Amino acid sequence: MSRKELSVLGLLVALCAIVAFQSPQFLSAGNIQNMARLIGTYGIFSIGVGMVIITGGIDLSIGSVCALLGVLLSMMLVEWRWPAAVAVPAVIVLGAVLGAAHGLLITRLRLQPFIVTLCGLLLYRGIARYIAADVTKGFGAATGFEWVRSLASGSLAGVPMPFVLLLAIGAAAAVLLHQSVYGRYLFAVGRNAEAARYAGVNTRAVTAGAYVLSGLLTGISAILIAFYTNSISPSSHGNFYELYAIAAAVVGGCSLRGGEGSVVGIILGAALLQVIRNLVNLMDIPSSLDFAVMGAVILIGAIADELVRSRAAGRGGA
Amino acid sequence: MTTDRVLQVSKISKRFPGVVALDGVALDVAAGEVLAVVGENGAGKSTLMKILAGVYRPDAGEIQVDGHTVALHAPSDATRLGIGVIHQELEVVDTLDVAANICLGRERLWGGPLQLLDRRRMDAEAAAALARLGVAIAPRTLVGDLSTAERQLVTIARALAMQARILILDEPTSSLGLDDTNRLLQVIRDLRTQGVAVIYISHRLAEVEAIADRVVVLRDGRNAGVLGHGAIARDVVVRMMVDREVRPGGTRRSAPADPSAATSDACFVIDALRTQRYPYVPVSLSLRRGEILGVAGLIGSGRTELAEAICGVTPPRAGSVRLDGEVLRFASPRAAIDRGIYLVPEDRRHAGLMDVATIRENITLPALRQHARGGIIRRRAEADSARRAATGLRVKAPSIEVPVAQLSGGNQQKVVLARWLSLSPRVVIFDEPTRGIDVGARAEIYDVMRGLAAAGAAILMVSSDIEEILDVSDRVAVMHDGRVTGILDREACTAERVMQLAVA
Repeated sequence: MSRKELSVLGLLVALCAIVAFQSPQFLSAGNIQNMARLIGTYGIFSIGVGMVIITGGIDLSIGSVCALLGVLLSMMLVEWRWPAAVAVPAVIVLGAVLGAAHGLLITRLRLQPFIVTLCGLLLYRGIARYIAADVTKGFGAATGFEWVRSLASGSLAGVPMPFVLLLAIGAAAAVLLHQSVYGRYLFAVGRNAEAARYAGVNTRAVTAGAYVLSGLLTGISAILIAFYTNSISPSSHGNFYELYAIAAAVVGGCSLRGGEGSVVGIILGAALLQVIRNLVNLMDIPSSLDFAVMGAVILIGAIADELVRSRAAGRGGA
Repeated sequence: MTTDRVLQVSKISKRFPGVVALDGVALDVAAGEVLAVVGENGAGKSTLMKILAGVYRPDAGEIQVDGHTVALHAPSDATRLGIGVIHQELEVVDTLDVAANICLGRERLWGGPLQLLDRRRMDAEAAAALARLGVAIAPRTLVGDLSTAERQLVTIARALAMQARILILDEPTSSLGLDDTNRLLQVIRDLRTQGVAVIYISHRLAEVEAIADRVVVLRDGRNAGVLGHGAIARDVVVRMMVDREVRPGGTRRSAPADPSAATSDACFVIDALRTQRYPYVPVSLSLRRGEILGVAGLIGSGRTELAEAICGVTPPRAGSVRLDGEVLRFASPRAAIDRGIYLVPEDRRHAGLMDVATIRENITLPALRQHARGGIIRRRAEADSARRAATGLRVKAPSIEVPVAQLSGGNQQKVVLARWLSLSPRVVIFDEPTRGIDVGARAEIYDVMRGLAAAGAAILMVSSDIEEILDVSDRVAVMHDGRVTGILDREACTAERVMQLAVA
């Protein structure tokens, strides 16, 4: 594990210890299971956004994509009576297609990732609200597609399915990012896109690929989130999820300048955010302070990290 | 000859780690005089100008302005003494208008605590400075909307607005066309009649002939001679620029070791290639197998653009390359690499290497697929290959897992070479292969080039170092303003001849 990953792990363990000490409920099976479910759901799209950040880009569209795909999934299954075996792949593919559109705009038209995905954030939210006529969607009793619901709310040997999926996807992503040719290219583009191009890397395809993966993983997460909440309000579903994803990636060691990051770090970052939210619930902190606590903890962590690093650098230089 | 020397420089020396940039250089200029300073790339012109601009401090020597010894510790000192420097990279703010640029740093304000800008006074000042140049540019025009020539005039106007009496122009025409050049020369003549002392640095001897009252020639950081008005002739200047003792230990390359390796047939032909920078100038060159073709020329003569067009970095406007009879057009570096045509770029940090990545990652990047199965990298095979390549070139590092940022320039360049050596190159293009590299590593890089040629590759070497060109090349092509002005065989190739073609 890298120094950065270890420091996030340290912060995570310390927080868990504090909360467990203050509130015994933290370690109850129900609480841990629920937290693991959320970590799984949020962790999956965070990995996708992390890959985009490693190329030096950003993806702000996650929350709105979740809303749009959630609304569509409900309409496909409940209103249009599509078989789940068609609707589920359709939603995932649509997520990838939206990512591909972002990737093409960024690499072919050379638009800035921030602008492209910011417009996505606005556009998909609007479309979601329009096609749902601003009416909250759901899945009722999920008759006929119970297996999809079980992906979000079921468990495998006591481990919530979303967490199992996160581990499986995380393992695949780790191989892709850290062991494959594509992963090496991804880091190369983030570190020095021009040098990568001179060395024969197809930098456009590599960059666009990261946005496709981000869209694909968001599609998978969108299904889990839709069934987890079972109530998709088009105007608020998925709000701020892009910021959770970016925070998880950055806390976990991805540099917004690109070229740095790891799957383990991103998952630890996602876990840290959920533990903080849980802490707010359990320690009787007013839930209105939810975001404030999260911001404070991340900020303190970043300051501590920087102090440790500069002290280490100072020793090295002396 | 006037006697009122406004600027007198004597015995200026400046040394940088490993190189003596200036060694006892002297020059002087009078009010109403245009003094040209010429010399090869690396002769010390830029260092001298940076000293006069207050950017560098000399190690020894004296600078006098109006007969008083002065110390230039910072650019503001030079400005205060009336020295205005127009750098090659025009220092203007594109998003501000002309008046704001001319008054930059000396904004005129209304009185009062709010420090509001007095735009009317700024406009008037800008207009007055521009009028001295005889040009009509509205003060409120956005500088980003101006042409290069106009932007240059704005920087000159700024210097005049700051009461500059000594104007230093560094390669002012390097990016100007003929009309703009003539207009600039006229502006300089006008300034001369207004009593401004002008130091004019240029590679272009035709302009120097046209404008200069005197010429100071620098060579290897020393004064190589002065020519007064009437004595300025291109031949004489070129001879003064390049005349040198043979460098000790400088060995010219002997004829190809294996005569059969250098066949007479051209194997790599560049056919009427037109680059984005010089779209109307077709360039044709041909290389033989086992040959090193040097491409000489001054900075900005289109050599790098040619190299990058060949390798698909910046695809050419028109034309093609032929390798062993096959016509090729590359839309990306990948396409060229797949054909065995490799570029060792000029700017290592920007285009050659990923600083924070390890030696291993940098070496294997172009050939990663060879070390992978099913898209997954086989780490052992990759590391073995990288280690072999690094040891083969004697890259000095504790291990191949060290980030290349920690290596010296020479070792970094070896990492770039190591990348291509294991890929059986057919054509290798070196752009300034030894810039910023110490003597030892330099010799090793030449050995690599010769080894590649002996193994049958065709080598194109772009270089601004005339000794490197003479030592390493089998033939030399000289470029000027995007054109090939001559091709010299080994026997016919002298520094003087190359320089004549380069300033043609």
